[in-house]
Amino acid sequence: MSGARLELDGIGKSFRGLRAVHDVSFDVPAGAINALIGPNGAGKTTIFNMIAGVYRPDAGSVRLDGRQISGLRPDLVCDAGVGRTFQIVKPFKGLSVLENVTVGALHRRPALPDARAYAADILLQLGLHDRRHQAAESLTLPDRKRLEVARALATEPKLLLLDEVMAGLRPTEIDVMVTFLQELNQRTGLTILLIEHVMRAVMALASNIVVVSYGEKIAEGTPAEIARHQAVLDVYLGEAEPA
Amino acid sequence: MTADFLLSLAQAITKGLLTGMVYGLMALGLSVIFGVMRVVNFAHGEMMVVGMYLAWMGFEYLQVSPMLSLPVIAVIFFGAGYALQRAVISPFIGRPEHQQFLLLLAIAILLVNVSLVIAGPDSRGVQMDSQFESYELGPFVFDAVRVHAALTAVVIAGLLWLFFTRTRIGKSIRAAADNNLGALVVGLDVRRLYAFTFGVGAACVGAAGALMITIIPVTPFLAAEYTLLAFVIVIVGGLGSMTGALAGGLLIGVSEAVAGLLLQPSLKSMVSFGILILVLLLRPQGLFGKSGP
Amino acid sequence: MTLLARLTGGVPARSLWGLGLLLVLLLAAPALLGKYGLSVLILVLYFAFVGQAWNIMMGFAGQLSLGHALYAGVGGYIAAGLFFHYGIGPWAGVFVAVAAAVAAGSIVGYLGFRFSLAGVYFALLTIAFSEFTRIAFDHWGWAGGSGGLFLKVDATSDILNLRGGPLLFYYVILALAAGTFILCRLLLESRLGRYWLAIREDPEAAQAVGVPVLRCKMIAIMISAALTALAGVWNAFYYNNLFPETAFAMGRSIEFTLAPIIGGLGTLFGPIVGAVVLTGLGEIFTDLSEVFHISGLKQIFYGLALLVIVMYRPAGVWPWIAERFGFGEKRR
Repeated sequence: MSGARLELDGIGKSFRGLRAVHDVSFDVPAGAINALIGPNGAGKTTIFNMIAGVYRPDAGSVRLDGRQISGLRPDLVCDAGVGRTFQIVKPFKGLSVLENVTVGALHRRPALPDARAYAADILLQLGLHDRRHQAAESLTLPDRKRLEVARALATEPKLLLLDEVMAGLRPTEIDVMVTFLQELNQRTGLTILLIEHVMRAVMALASNIVVVSYGEKIAEGTPAEIARHQAVLDVYLGEAEPA
Repeated sequence: MTADFLLSLAQAITKGLLTGMVYGLMALGLSVIFGVMRVVNFAHGEMMVVGMYLAWMGFEYLQVSPMLSLPVIAVIFFGAGYALQRAVISPFIGRPEHQQFLLLLAIAILLVNVSLVIAGPDSRGVQMDSQFESYELGPFVFDAVRVHAALTAVVIAGLLWLFFTRTRIGKSIRAAADNNLGALVVGLDVRRLYAFTFGVGAACVGAAGALMITIIPVTPFLAAEYTLLAFVIVIVGGLGSMTGALAGGLLIGVSEAVAGLLLQPSLKSMVSFGILILVLLLRPQGLFGKSGP
Repeated sequence: MTLLARLTGGVPARSLWGLGLLLVLLLAAPALLGKYGLSVLILVLYFAFVGQAWNIMMGFAGQLSLGHALYAGVGGYIAAGLFFHYGIGPWAGVFVAVAAAVAAGSIVGYLGFRFSLAGVYFALLTIAFSEFTRIAFDHWGWAGGSGGLFLKVDATSDILNLRGGPLLFYYVILALAAGTFILCRLLLESRLGRYWLAIREDPEAAQAVGVPVLRCKMIAIMISAALTALAGVWNAFYYNNLFPETAFAMGRSIEFTLAPIIGGLGTLFGPIVGAVVLTGLGEIFTDLSEVFHISGLKQIFYGLALLVIVMYRPAGVWPWIAERFGFGEKRR
């Protein structure tokens, strides 16, 4: 697999008159790792959901390698090459860890034994192989986060959307995940867009960062640029002040 | 259209409204239970039938009018509902729907067949003088029993409204119905609350049974029909909404009565099910339910 | 991979031997059992078959239908009506019957799934359609209305028209139940089956990994309706009569759900074990209540048994047996 280029062009979404996302545009070049950051409720997950086909944007368009994917159903977006994780993890609770990932693998490998072998391989990479026969509901939260990543990867995406997969992980576990993603990106060229609050991970991974606040893009740049950006500092300092 | 037809149509509508009040009270019980516990009471019609039998027995063996035995029945139902929830249903809250369904189905089978063993399969009714009386208002004639039953149902609904808006436990139940987690956080004893709620729901349907026996005789085979009817009413009104249950009762009462007039009587529930299908598809949260996410 | 390998892959040898022995016993059963025993076994197989059909929808795909009587009723009525009015035998009529039931299932499914009804709401939709159809059949002259439709009871065996004694019906229902068992195993060990399980567990997550949720649910209800219609046809010709009051009753729909729930939802053996347990209990309770001469007593025993099972084995009897006796599949 190789990465795909993601283009967001002026996308917007309102819920019952409430503007969640307004006129957001940015590109993620093929093979890049970019991050989407911003305070809670800034609209990051809404943007993800528009890319992944859960919501149809009210305005603008989402393109993957030049092909419009906004408005497609989530399964067709997956088919186009987008894998995603959920911020609130959604394992198939009653199924084993291996079966969870196998469902993802079946998308491009219709034969069950193929899919199962491929899934086992991904579990090995993510350090979940020993737990493959456990029921997914018996996993700890960090393992569930890993399972989310494994299941998304099993669909062999060209673009991976990671929604706060570092949250709840210990610093050493974060480092392991960061290394895994870097290595994956270098080896396969997979494009990755991540929503993340763990700045340590963002700074280590992202070549470019997009900052949103109140549904609008307020800044974009390299980690170094973002760290100096006044508007970003205002937003984060504003958030840090006692309410 | 002749004046005669219009008159009988108006008659049918008022008759439907009167019966609909009792339906509404019955459905209110189902709605309260679902709203708070997210448990669908598949034994609701069976509970209704047991209420009807108790009122019939009071009349037959103790010569007490159903209107007078109603408070006693409501209290018995409250206690039984409270105990049933505590002893049997409680562990099933939050379990998969099919397990709850099977549990309440087993309870329903027990209730209806115990009734059958005790009272037999024949239809049992009460013979009261008021069944032959009627009130006249201009050209309209109202059956006295229906008027009494409807008025009593209105009074009970009023009392429930006071209970839910004025008492601490009533407000807590409403809070729990609105936001289960919120109630937990506020530190209410949710387990007791659930038992209390099931008791209140049972008391509603028991009272509705006591009223219904004055209108029609009871057989065990009515149970499944009432369960379905209660479902139709609460879905149409909005599952979990108390106003919706009452309004749904009126709507279904009227639609049954009008369909009974215009179509063959045996087709009347087809109209109810037709309404149910339309509501499910077009407005699944019900006419009075809060709109979905 | 061959079909056979897919069927038997991962199943412990003792389970395969057990299954083989069971099949031999079932084939020989008519010679071993008396008239009464055979009639009970026929009931077991009937409920096992129709339970498997329902299990595909609820146990595999997670869609709660409490209106499956609709498909059995439509199927039975159409095959019986074609035979009654035009002399078209059930082996031909069954195709029309199944097609009609699949069409009915598609309508219920499309409306329910399209409008994203789930859980209790979907269940109520299925009940509503079944009840609606019941009342319609009550007034449909071709189907005999509320008076019912009766097939001539013929002592002579006529396999071409599915006329004959219990032996004929026994082997037909055995073939249906065994065939469906194999079908269920193949489905479960396929991409479609795994997609169903994913939808059952979490439809949103399933869709995110590329599962076409609506299509998979539609296939589930269509297969389930088709099999249930077969049960309806068999039932109509076995009992030789049909009434809307019973054919489309909610009680009938509930009957279909009991064996899989009691036996173990979503498992292959659940519906079969459940059918054995329920029919066995039913027969015992019938005998018991005849001793006391009280109508309703049998149902009280039955209700108590259900209560005990759901309180102490909420996940069903089969997963517990499989665990205790090591019949489960090997982990791969």
